[in-house]
Amino acid sequence: MKKAVVLDPRDNVATVLEDVSVGEEVSYKIENETKAIKALENIPRGHKVALRDIPRGNYVVKYGFPIGCATKNILKGEHVHVHNVLSLRTRKEE
Amino acid sequence: MCLEYKFEAYVRKDGQVGIRNKVLILPSVACVNHVASAIAGFFSNRDIVSVNHEVGCAQIGDDFRQSLSTLIGLASNPNVGAVLVVGLGCERIVPEFLAEEISKACSKPLECIVFQKEGGTIATISRGITIVQSLYQQILSERKEEVDVSFLKVAVECGGSDYTSALAANPAVGHAVDRLSDCGAKIVISELIELAGAEEILASRCENAELMSHIATAIDKYVKISKQYSGEELFGIFVPGNISPGNVQGGITTIEEKSLGAVSKGGFKCPVVGYLKYGERIPDKPAGLYIMDTPSYDIESVTGMVAGGATIVLFTTGLGTPVGNPISPVIKITGNGRTARCLQSDIDVDVSDVLEGQISLAKAGERIISEVLGVASGKLTKSESLGFTDAGVTRVRPRL
Repeated sequence: MKKAVVLDPRDNVATVLEDVSVGEEVSYKIENETKAIKALENIPRGHKVALRDIPRGNYVVKYGFPIGCATKNILKGEHVHVHNVLSLRTRKEE
Repeated sequence: MCLEYKFEAYVRKDGQVGIRNKVLILPSVACVNHVASAIAGFFSNRDIVSVNHEVGCAQIGDDFRQSLSTLIGLASNPNVGAVLVVGLGCERIVPEFLAEEISKACSKPLECIVFQKEGGTIATISRGITIVQSLYQQILSERKEEVDVSFLKVAVECGGSDYTSALAANPAVGHAVDRLSDCGAKIVISELIELAGAEEILASRCENAELMSHIATAIDKYVKISKQYSGEELFGIFVPGNISPGNVQGGITTIEEKSLGAVSKGGFKCPVVGYLKYGERIPDKPAGLYIMDTPSYDIESVTGMVAGGATIVLFTTGLGTPVGNPISPVIKITGNGRTARCLQSDIDVDVSDVLEGQISLAKAGERIISEVLGVASGKLTKSESLGFTDAGVTRVRPRL
C-alpha cells in the first residue's frame, strides 16, 4: 500500500510519499496506530490528502498548526492544495 | 561532546575565526564590476574572488546606508584575509570612504584603486593585479590554529523547497544546529516572510518578550506587503504571491505551510537570542538563534547573512539549486533522493534515507555536522568547486 505521513496528531491532512491514483488506499500512522484512507482523486507525490471532511471556512491543519482555510467543502480523501485552500496570514483583506 | 567538534581555522587579529583565507576584490559601485571580475579572473585561484553587485550609486538615506554597511560587512567577514576596493570615482559610495570604513571595522591588509584616477580599464586591471598578488602573498603567511565550533557563525537557508525539505532536510539541519548551538555556535536564519505562521514556535524559544514582539513586527512588515498581492495563474496553476511555482508543484500550498516546514532548520530547542537588520553583525555571544531581516530571495538572503559575519552556510533544497557565495562556503543538503541522484554536481549532503525510514533525523544531523567540520577544515563544497560566487545586496527603496 502507498504511504503518507502525518506530522502531528491534530493534523487533518497527510502528505503522500508517492504518486497516488484515484481509488487507491494510502496508509498512514497517527499516534502509533496505522490507518488507511481511500484517495478520491489523483494526488501527486508530496501533496496533501484530507484525512477527514474539512467544511468550507475551516482550518487546514498540518504540523499541528493552521496552514490555511478551506475555500470549498473538502471531502475525506480529496486532494488539498491551492485550488481549495487559502493562506490565513496573507489573504487579501476584503 | 563539544570537545570532538574541532577544526583548524584562521584566527584573525580581532579574534574572529575564518574558515577560508581569501582576497576580496570589492567594487564600490556596479559600474566597475567587470574591472573587478577581470582582476579576480586573471589569477585562476579560488581564494581570489570579486563580489559583483548592483549597488553603490543613485541611492539615498536608509537604502544608501544599508548598501554601504553590507559592503563593509562583506569585507569584514573573517573568511576574508585581505581586501582590494575597486572604485569608479564619482559614485555615491565614495571608494576611499568605503576603504576607510572597512579599516575601522576590521584590521586586515587593504588597498583601494579608482578607475577614473588610474586611467581606465586596462590600467586599473593591471594595477589591481599587481596589488592583489601582493595582498595574497601577505595573507599566505597566516597560519591555521585549532579551534572549536563556538567560533562558528552558521547561516541556515532554504531554496527550491519541496515537501522533502520540511520532512527531512530542514529538520536534519535543525538537529545539527541545536547541537552546534549547545557547543557555543551562533546560528542565523533569515527570509522573514518564511517565518509567517511559525511565530508561536519562535516565541516558545524566546525568553525576551520585547525581542519576540520586535521579531513578530518585522515578520508582519513582509506579510503586509504580501497581502497587496494575492497571486496569479502561472502556466495553468494558481501560485500565491509569496511562494514559488516550484513550491506549488512540489506540494506546498500556503506561506504558513512553507514557514512551518522552513523554521525547523533553525533548530528545535536552541534559544532565539537576537534580531538583526539586513547585513548586521552577528554578535560573538550569546550562542543561539539570531533572526535576520532579509527577503526570501536566496542570493540576497545569503549575502546579508555573510555580510553579518556568517562563515558557513547550510542550504537545504528539495528541487535543487547551484547557488554559491564568494566568501563563505555553501553546503547543499537535500532530503529528495531523486534530486541527490540527478544533481550530484550540486548536492553535498544527501539525507533522503530519512524519508525511507533508514536513519533518524538525529543521525542525519550528525552527518551534517561531520560535513560542517570537514568544510570548516578546508574541504571544498560543490558550489566552491564549481567556482560559483553569487551575491546580491537587498534594496529598500527605488533609485533616484
